[in-house]
Amino acid sequence: MISKVKSEQSPIEIIKLSLRNNFRQYTMFIALIGIMIIFSALSDFFLTPRNLSTLFLQTAHIAVLACGVVLVIVAGHIDLSIGALVGFTGAVVAILPARFGIGIIPSIIITIAVGALVGLWQGYWVAYREVPAFIVTLAGMMILNGLLLGVTKGETVATSGVFNKIGGGYLPNLFIQSTPRDMIPHDTTVIIGLLVIGAYLWMEFSRRKERIKYGFDILPMSLFITKIVLVIALISAIFSVMALYLGIPYSILILMLVGSLYTFLTTKTTFGRHVYAIGGNKEAAKLSGINIKQRTLWIFISSGILGAIGGIIYTARVGSAAASAGVGMELDVIAAAIIGGTSTLGGEGTIIGAIIGALVMSTLNNGMLLLDVGTTQRLIVRGLVLLIAVWIDISSRKKGA
Amino acid sequence: MSEYILEMQEIVKEFPGVKALDNVNLKVKRGEIHALVGENGAGKSTLMKVLSGVYPYGKYTGQILINGVEQRFNTIKDSEAAGVGIIYQELTLVKQMNICENIFLGSEFEKFGVIDWNRAMAETNRLIKEVGLSSGPDTRIVNLGIGKQQLVEIAKALSKNIKILILDEPTAALNETDSENLLSIIKALKKEGITCIYISHKLKEVKAIADTITILRDGRTIESYPNNELVDQSKIITGMVGRELKQLFPRQEHTPGDVVLEVKNWNVYNPELPDRKAIDNVSFNARKGEILGVAGLMGSGRTELMMSLFGAYGINKTGEIIIDNELVKVKEPRDAIEKGLCYLSEDRKKTGLVLMMDIKENITLSNLNKISNIMGINENEEIKAANEYVKALKIKTPSIEQKVKNLSGGNQQKVVIAKWLMAKPKVLVLDEPTRGIDVGAKFEIYNIMNKLADQGVSIIMISSELPEVLGMSDRILVMHEGKISTELDWKDADQETIMYYATGQQPRTLKELEEV
Repeated sequence: MISKVKSEQSPIEIIKLSLRNNFRQYTMFIALIGIMIIFSALSDFFLTPRNLSTLFLQTAHIAVLACGVVLVIVAGHIDLSIGALVGFTGAVVAILPARFGIGIIPSIIITIAVGALVGLWQGYWVAYREVPAFIVTLAGMMILNGLLLGVTKGETVATSGVFNKIGGGYLPNLFIQSTPRDMIPHDTTVIIGLLVIGAYLWMEFSRRKERIKYGFDILPMSLFITKIVLVIALISAIFSVMALYLGIPYSILILMLVGSLYTFLTTKTTFGRHVYAIGGNKEAAKLSGINIKQRTLWIFISSGILGAIGGIIYTARVGSAAASAGVGMELDVIAAAIIGGTSTLGGEGTIIGAIIGALVMSTLNNGMLLLDVGTTQRLIVRGLVLLIAVWIDISSRKKGA
Repeated sequence: MSEYILEMQEIVKEFPGVKALDNVNLKVKRGEIHALVGENGAGKSTLMKVLSGVYPYGKYTGQILINGVEQRFNTIKDSEAAGVGIIYQELTLVKQMNICENIFLGSEFEKFGVIDWNRAMAETNRLIKEVGLSSGPDTRIVNLGIGKQQLVEIAKALSKNIKILILDEPTAALNETDSENLLSIIKALKKEGITCIYISHKLKEVKAIADTITILRDGRTIESYPNNELVDQSKIITGMVGRELKQLFPRQEHTPGDVVLEVKNWNVYNPELPDRKAIDNVSFNARKGEILGVAGLMGSGRTELMMSLFGAYGINKTGEIIIDNELVKVKEPRDAIEKGLCYLSEDRKKTGLVLMMDIKENITLSNLNKISNIMGINENEEIKAANEYVKALKIKTPSIEQKVKNLSGGNQQKVVIAKWLMAKPKVLVLDEPTRGIDVGAKFEIYNIMNKLADQGVSIIMISSELPEVLGMSDRILVMHEGKISTELDWKDADQETIMYYATGQQPRTLKELEEV
């Protein structure tokens, strides 16, 4: 949080302090850029808009799920049922139209409600019956796997083309038809990109104005401009990649909405603050008057809802629901959150970090696939990356202390 | 062989900033029961940790002689090998294991890593007979009462062929019958030739069982004498408290207003020992703008009383809490906070602060609704509020974004106080508010307390430091074994009177004193 630092310090000191305070996020971000540079050197295809868009598509559901699990892990719990929930809700959203002729929108709403109910069930056992989350969600994983087998009856259920757009489709053109070959940017994507930049600028300036009103220190103008320019460049880069291919995928739009909402939840709301306090020191949180049980219940409901959304995106991308869907996905999701700086001990972690973590994992996967690295080696590399990321974090903390 | 089995000479042990032991001498005769008494923090437990090797040789200065031979213990194993066994107040048994497994934990009869259970069982049978335990060697610890667990600890110590048995507050958690049983076991062990060092706050027990009594105060040996008919409890108490008031307290006259908190017939049971009353029919009140001191020895129920009122301790609670003439129901701390009763816990790191959060987040933790609107937490309002308290309480920090784990003890304590001030309490309970804080910061916290009292807040201060209780309080409640044994006006109170009530005695009247 650069803008909170006192302005009496020189710009370099401010940057140093900010780097130190957000060490994990910055290292992972730099690592992500580093990985991308290495892959683009090794493979001509890696940095093309087409491949990067595919990369985003591959990341979307993991990143959405990671947002939910960040809350769970920050509060000091764990959710092992995410993969099974993805499989089960995926089956629900596929079967409702296929077997019962329910429309796509109502099916989606019902599926999200089912996810919320699963979260309510697990949250109840964790919060009010005080069974450890590890056990509750392990049991939940088995139960959901059983339910998944029951509703699919072992068959694969195909989903409709319209529905599949959620997973693999792109927003339509608004005014000008364009294809990736003619190099005309996708107009809807450009418009949304500009809107995002506009919203960002409005936020930064109104925040600066507010701080002046309160008489607080603000960032020196030079740093303020530098920061804005950097962030805008980053947003533009992401949107140009998508604009130069087929545009924004629906799943990435969903990820952006979920990511923004959860960033707001974790940084700006009482609920979010309480989650961090519970994970940081449960006793102190209790003695500070925080309703730990109710907060825990909502954390799991949130995880259930995001599990359902992840299930919908995943099923739509695959184009069918099967009994094997989602197996082991919880491990990818938890790994993404942890690589992104979420502390396994609770109390620390960010949404943007988890999304970067998800990107790191899928970039590694994507890049190694392009280089024809086998599954064996890919799994080993990803395991080592997780291990080393956490080790770097722990050793940097020891130095700080 | 010398007359003394154990001699500790000129033991000095320093912690950063504090001299916990200052030239302590202790001489224990072979085969006696030697009582070690003193106030909370007098240095008894530290001395025993030096003796048992918890603080290894070199971390203290002075000499330890056993049977006239100098000893240098680096670990507990070393001291055990020399025949010293210690039983702590907090029992250290593995609850899921049985008696036999516990007794030989860490010193199993093994051959190539395989345990000889038959031998262990036979040995256990012998030991549990010696300590008068009726349960079988394969009984699991969870199925034993606290008194029997204590006996298992003793059996475990005996299994190591110890000659000196140290018991640290062994009867603190026991009821009357179990206590008597334990004392008779100790006497029986004495006949077997085992020397016992007995640490206790319960002077009645000390008087009944000890051969010699040594008194520690402020890390020094005050006196040591044989326990004969000339010794009575008042002599012991005088030795325990007889220090002059060294610290200065900013004593202020407060003008107490109406009763703001009234507690009637308050009973609480211990959640870990559900048949034991932690608080026994307590009634008291606190007034607006006064400082009410709560004194008592460790385990007297001071913290339990206040935490149970705050909704953070105890089961099967009965009685009434009345705040501002309104009967309130407190199920959780948040109910108490809402009614204006706040509690600053005695261990700020464990239960007061979220250490990885920064100052402002800790200050606003209980008060987020005051700085939030529909758009969430207003960051600017949060900074403003935190800045106000940092300034008012003189919290020394480069920035309110400093993580509280990087602050000194005094500043950490001020952060917790700030959190509760922001909640605008009517009654603020401060549990050991100056523990582990340097003198300068202590003084500042006393000033804050006075200021709050002037503003009409009712302050309840639990403290183990008698000078602090005497120096700050308007009224003083003294607790003993879950009951309030008396209420004193500060003008009538002195350290000895408080200590009488805290140890469960009646002080003599003036007339009796004249007769002596």
